[in-house]
Amino acid sequence: MNTSPSDIDESSAHGSLKSYIVGFILSIVLTLLAFGAVMQQWFSPLLIVTFVTVMAVFQLLIQLIFFLHLNSDSKPYWNLSAFLFAMLIVVVIVVASIWIMYNLNVNMQM
Amino acid sequence: MTTANMRYVSHHHHNQNDTNVYGFWIYIMSDCILFACLFATFAVLHNNTYGGPGAKELFSLPFVFVETMILLTSSFTCGLMMLALYNNKRKLAFIALTLTFLLGVSFVFMELKEFHTLFAEGNSWQRSAFLSSFFTLVGTHGLHVSLGLLWLIILAIQLGIHGINPTTMVKMRTFSLFWHFLDIVWILLFTIVYLLETI
Repeated sequence: MNTSPSDIDESSAHGSLKSYIVGFILSIVLTLLAFGAVMQQWFSPLLIVTFVTVMAVFQLLIQLIFFLHLNSDSKPYWNLSAFLFAMLIVVVIVVASIWIMYNLNVNMQM
Repeated sequence: MTTANMRYVSHHHHNQNDTNVYGFWIYIMSDCILFACLFATFAVLHNNTYGGPGAKELFSLPFVFVETMILLTSSFTCGLMMLALYNNKRKLAFIALTLTFLLGVSFVFMELKEFHTLFAEGNSWQRSAFLSSFFTLVGTHGLHVSLGLLWLIILAIQLGIHGINPTTMVKMRTFSLFWHFLDIVWILLFTIVYLLETI
């Protein structure tokens, strides 16, 4: 029996050429915008920080969706739920570290 | 076996290969947490320059932009490689694989050059807490990329010997997960370490 790789892997998600191209172009655009905003100081500092952060979050989502195919379909659903849990842990670690160390700095006058 | 069971079995066919890939995905999630710890450390220590130079003085944004474009393109060519493999186009897959590899090597080369310049001017990881956390975070990412490139060489050899089959496909899928993940970490890296520090 002649089985092609796509027969065997059809239960898992893999993208189309279009999705990779769209993801690639969007990522380039978001990167250009972020670097441009910082290097040419398009806005006030606070607005640049917000803008760059938003660009990063967008590009993250773009690459998760178009390169890693993380969506709410059945097979990648398990990937998605593992991802969401890991992100919960990440948020706790990062936020708590910054918060605790900041409080330490203030209270210990380090 | 009842009809209900039969329906369940026919619609929920899990094969070992998918389980392996999911297991690797869980490893990737643990790697995320590793990087989160390193990012948190950098966030805490990024102002502790011990009187020495900070990000603004040390980092070149045009240089980092080129690095970013190189790694992003290698993530794209990795996607093209997977498409070629799924469509049984062996030669195309090898071309995309080679491109991915060359771009990855360029990225590591640029990063080593940046590190060398910093060291040469005395700005090693021993200079300040800021630089310690910088080298640890960026260095860990670079180490992941380097090991990924080594893995890619081995995979290329295996593909050459065994061709495209379910076993080699599982390996290529896990590699591409790893490679895309590294580009995603780089998005956070260039934003937090390079862009936000130099506003």
